[in-house]
Amino acid sequence: MSMKVGVVTFPGSLDDVDARRAVTIGGHEAVALWHGDADLKGVDAVVLPGGFSYGDYLRCGAISRFAPVMTAIVEAAGRGLPVLGICNGFQILCESHLLPGALIRNDHRRFVCVDQRLRMERVDTPWTSAYAPGQEVTIVLKNGEGGYVADEATLDRLEGEGLVVARYLDDNPNGSMRAIAGVSNERGNVVGLMPHPEHAVEDLYGPGTDGLGFFTSLAAQAFA
Amino acid sequence: MARVVVDVMPKPEILDPQGKAVLGALPRLGFDRVSDVRQGKRFELEIEGEITDEVLAEIDRVAETLLSNPVIEDYEVHVEDQSVAEVAAEAGR
Repeated sequence: MSMKVGVVTFPGSLDDVDARRAVTIGGHEAVALWHGDADLKGVDAVVLPGGFSYGDYLRCGAISRFAPVMTAIVEAAGRGLPVLGICNGFQILCESHLLPGALIRNDHRRFVCVDQRLRMERVDTPWTSAYAPGQEVTIVLKNGEGGYVADEATLDRLEGEGLVVARYLDDNPNGSMRAIAGVSNERGNVVGLMPHPEHAVEDLYGPGTDGLGFFTSLAAQAFA
Repeated sequence: MARVVVDVMPKPEILDPQGKAVLGALPRLGFDRVSDVRQGKRFELEIEGEITDEVLAEIDRVAETLLSNPVIEDYEVHVEDQSVAEVAAEAGR
C-alpha cells in the first residue's frame, strides 16, 4: 500500500531531495512540505531530513523547532503520525521535545563521514519493522554534531523500555552515550536517527541498500 | 530601554568539545596556567519599557525555551547594571 510521505524543507536543509527519492524508491508518494507552511497536505507520515537548517545557528535544530510546520508536526505526532528525523531532523525532534536527550558536537571535534555499521534494536516502529531484531546494517553516517547525550536516568529508561532504535557497532564514531545512534518515543511513531538511511537505498552508490528498510517499513505497517 | 543579559553555559557534566579545543590551543600562546575552559553564549536583549517582574518572568521563559536547551545547558538572567538615564545620555552623545 502506497502512502503519502511528506519531506520538510527548511532553509538550509541538505538531504530533502535524497529523502524524497528514497521515499519514492520505498514505494511511496513523496510530498514536499515547506517549513513556513503549517499545512501537512494530508500526508500519512513525515520525514525531517538532514542538513544545516537555519545554518545550525544558536543550536542545531533550535530555530527550526519554531517553524510553522513544526507546530503542525508536533501536534500530529501526538496523535500518532509517523515522524522520522534523520541527522538534523533528529536534532530538531530533540529540540522539539518529541524525543528525549540532545545532540552535541562530536567528542573528537571532527566532522565524520563513514559507512557505519549499526545494530537495529527496536524494530516494532513504523520506520523499522522491515528489519529483524538485532540485524546488523551498514548505513552512511555524516555529522559534526552527532554526539547523543542525556542524563543517566533518561539513558536507563531508554534502554529499560527498549526505546533505543539503533546502536553504533565497532568504534563509537561521535562520542554518543552508550553508542546510541537512534531513539524513539514510547509509542514508536517518532524515530530519530543520526545515520542517513536515505543515502543507502540503491546499489549504484553508497554502501548498499541497508537503509531502504526505513522507507519500506511504512507499507508493512499499513498492511498489518 | 534596558538591557537584560542571558548567559548560557554547557552543564558541568556535559562534554564541551569547543572549550576543550580552546584549552588545547592555549599552550601554543605560551600560556600554560589554564587548567580548564568551558565555552558558553551571552545574549544581550534590549528591552523596551520598564523591567517588571512580569517581564523578567517572560525573559526567563525565552531563555529556557529558545536561548538554552535545558537538557545540556544552564542559563542565568540578569539585568545589566546601567540606569535608564545613563542609556539616554549615551544615546544623546
